[in-house]
Amino acid sequence: MNILKLIESFTNEGMLKSLSDKTSRRDSFSQFGKIGAGAALAAVPFGMLFSSNKATAQTATAATATSALQLALTLEYLEDEFYQMGLDANGLIPSADQTYIAQVSQHEAAHVAFLSQALGADAPAKPTFDFTMGGQLDTFTNYQTFLAVAQAFEDTGVRAYKGQAGNLMSNGDLLTAALQIHSVEARHASQIRRMRGNKGWITGNNGGNMPGFTQPVYDGEQNTTQGGANITTLSATNGPALTLNGATESFDEILTGDQAVTIASLFIVS
Amino acid sequence: MKKTKVSVSEVATGSLTNRRSFLKISGLTLAGTGLLLAGCSDDDDAGSNVDPTQLPGVRNGVFDLGGGDAGILTYAYALEQLEADFYTRVVNSNTFGSTFNAEEREVLADLYQHEVYHREFFKVALTGALAGTTGTVLPDLEFAYDGLNWNNRATVLATAKALEDTGVAAYNGAGRYITTPDYLVIAGKIVSVEARHAAAIRSLINPGSADFAGDDVVDANGLDKAQKPSQIIPVVASLDFIQTAFTAQYLP
Repeated sequence: MNILKLIESFTNEGMLKSLSDKTSRRDSFSQFGKIGAGAALAAVPFGMLFSSNKATAQTATAATATSALQLALTLEYLEDEFYQMGLDANGLIPSADQTYIAQVSQHEAAHVAFLSQALGADAPAKPTFDFTMGGQLDTFTNYQTFLAVAQAFEDTGVRAYKGQAGNLMSNGDLLTAALQIHSVEARHASQIRRMRGNKGWITGNNGGNMPGFTQPVYDGEQNTTQGGANITTLSATNGPALTLNGATESFDEILTGDQAVTIASLFIVS
Repeated sequence: MKKTKVSVSEVATGSLTNRRSFLKISGLTLAGTGLLLAGCSDDDDAGSNVDPTQLPGVRNGVFDLGGGDAGILTYAYALEQLEADFYTRVVNSNTFGSTFNAEEREVLADLYQHEVYHREFFKVALTGALAGTTGTVLPDLEFAYDGLNWNNRATVLATAKALEDTGVAAYNGAGRYITTPDYLVIAGKIVSVEARHAAAIRSLINPGSADFAGDDVVDANGLDKAQKPSQIIPVVASLDFIQTAFTAQYLP
């Protein structure tokens, strides 16, 4: 694994900018403060995420069906462990919400099993996660923090799967399975968002009362150009006027593999 | 099958040109006449006439969705037309304000926004992609909802749920038949929104439950439903909302 390449890959300008954005921007999670760039460098090497084979570490970001599923499994490992830990945290999840979180958790565990089986020997090992980001987040002692992180994970998962669909076109069965998981993550995202008082869909690039470090999850969601068309020029024919919010909400956006890894890496220590 | 109420011209000969279209569909030709029509609910030979080279268009007086990417996108356009029309009626109803509470009105108003955007997007996209051909863009379908009581909350929400879940299954099942990566991305961008819709409607119907991603739609592997066009179309037809006849003989 090439350390220099790793550092280069994680210090791209976009990520540093998002990490250092002031959390005072309509952010009520003042306890998060600034997450320093140092956290990024502690992230897992691309090589570990995409392949257990050292020889392919240098080409880890090459787009293949296998790398697509490896990314998916890594995200599912993350979500699975996160929800398990949440359910295990005494007094964290209110009894009224147990049913919701348990159902989501059940699905993430099922996704891990499904993708592990699909990948077989190519399945990456489960990384070591830290959902507190080195103690900066009270993820498992503060339910509002837990839900905010859950929302970030689900919205990230939706975008990440969407970004990998193209890499799975060579295998119809796997593509279909990925789509079938992708829509479940979207159901999760909708539910978690609504539990937090947000809409089930994303308006502009505003995550909805989310900590500043999650902005990369939402950057790009303000896009209103679809298939080369500016959809803000579209109009309703026989009902209420269409709105800009409606335009941004009606299409979810992809995240590239690199973008998804960057976000996940905030919670991966090794 | 309902009588066609929309007058469209028969598919003429022609070929696609790559004009300034938002999306490009190339390499397709129109078939000749004399094609067999598959019945709306005739599943026996569904799939046997799959032909990705067939453009959408009227054949023997009935609009066929066509095959290949054009067929899949037209199929999506048809489903979005239905959803958009349904939610338009919901929000336009003079009992909208009294039937639904504030949260429900916000959700339904948003679903209206999104489905209309989806519909109008497909109209523009297909019109652009099929520029240079005639009679290939699916016309505005006619809809009727006999007996649907717009001021019955349970009925409207149940119908919304059916439409959203069907949309999710339709997109999930159609993805593998798309050959142009850009179109797959677009389908992906839409299906996750439909799934967000489905979860929201389901939680309005049965709050406090796991129904948002219930075991009736998510299986033991954590997978949502995925159904082929030949499976979805009969289900949609059985709702009896779409009054315009159409066929999909060239889709899987």
